[in-house]
Amino acid sequence: MGIQLWLMLDLVLSGLALGLGWAAVSSRDSQRSVVFFIAFGLLLAIIWARLNAPDLALAEAAIGAGLSGVLLLSALRDEPAAAAAGDMIRGPKALLVTLLSLALTALFAWVLLQTLDVADKVRMADQIAAQLPNSGVTNPVTAVLLNFRAYDTLLELAVLLAAVLGIQALGPARPPYRAAGPLLGGLIRWLVPLLILTAGYLLWAGAHAPGGAFQAGALLAAAAVMLRLGGDPDAGLPRPRVQRLLLVAGIAGFLLVGIVTTAIYQSFLNYPDGWSGGLILLIETAATLAIATTLALACIGGRPAGWEPAESGAVPTRQRESK
Amino acid sequence: MILTAELIYALTGVGLFGMGLRGALLRRSLLGRILAINICGAGVFLLLVAISYTGPGVAPDALPHALVLTGIVVAVSATALALALGRRLRETARE
Repeated sequence: MGIQLWLMLDLVLSGLALGLGWAAVSSRDSQRSVVFFIAFGLLLAIIWARLNAPDLALAEAAIGAGLSGVLLLSALRDEPAAAAAGDMIRGPKALLVTLLSLALTALFAWVLLQTLDVADKVRMADQIAAQLPNSGVTNPVTAVLLNFRAYDTLLELAVLLAAVLGIQALGPARPPYRAAGPLLGGLIRWLVPLLILTAGYLLWAGAHAPGGAFQAGALLAAAAVMLRLGGDPDAGLPRPRVQRLLLVAGIAGFLLVGIVTTAIYQSFLNYPDGWSGGLILLIETAATLAIATTLALACIGGRPAGWEPAESGAVPTRQRESK
Repeated sequence: MILTAELIYALTGVGLFGMGLRGALLRRSLLGRILAINICGAGVFLLLVAISYTGPGVAPDALPHALVLTGIVVAVSATALALALGRRLRETARE
């Protein structure tokens, strides 16, 4: 009986996910698409919780529904309204693409049905569980991210840095918003300290419970975005010089630990016994600050005021003269 | 073939992937395409998490969860970069 009820819930959730996804992809109005997409992100957070993935649920609620929504809505603001109608390509080409997509989806579904039962049920989970006591933390997701596959997380922070540098290179920030009215302003004054507090808790809790650098960083970025929506042009971020330091803090923390472990133990990012917990917390703290600054600057969508050095015009001129 | 939660969500993921792919190819506006690619990615995430699910009360496989967690963060920064590129493209076209 209990299993039947769970299956009902699963069918309803997947039906809703497919429906919202379809609505977001094929709605004629861009604005409506974005709203459907935000709802889709929230639904996905519920699905992660249903599938025993609370770490993902936390991150998705903050990023998939929150920050993505802010990004897309602010992009909508400078999207020409004319593009809204007739956004979909129609005619024989559309039919062909639809048929090919359907065929590919059917092929994937067939492969999945063939392999799902055959797949070895002894997965990496057992190895992770066996090595967990040596990892310095008790949350398996944090153990994978910061210990077993720390390399991947280091390179992921590099990807984030590359993305935000690309955004900074493309132009100045979007114009700031109007100063918030008393109601929104009051709400922001209440919410921002709570968000910072929750981020600190998630960072600390990540060692033994759902949470960690990504969730904490996303919440801090959400606090910054709240401040910006309330009219602060700098989104509560520190001076540009400090922003730069914060952007590279995650990679710097990782590399520092990596170089020290290489110097002493001749192996990169292989934490010494008994030190893992502390080192992971150190790296995670630095990564939280870097992720928060990255996501906040990504939402601002360009160089904030004062980002350029004062003598920025001088360098290219000198280069041109020397050629 | 028994209907399990794993199977339902994995097939939903495949469906979302196909939907997003079609949308990314058929939408005209950049915003619509970026949105469709995000749906596509969400489908892949759902597939990964669904196959790591091992039933109620059993700890799921943490490795795909870690992958998807980094994936979510990378996806949002890639989206931000794509939107910034689109904005710059429009400004350049206007000049």
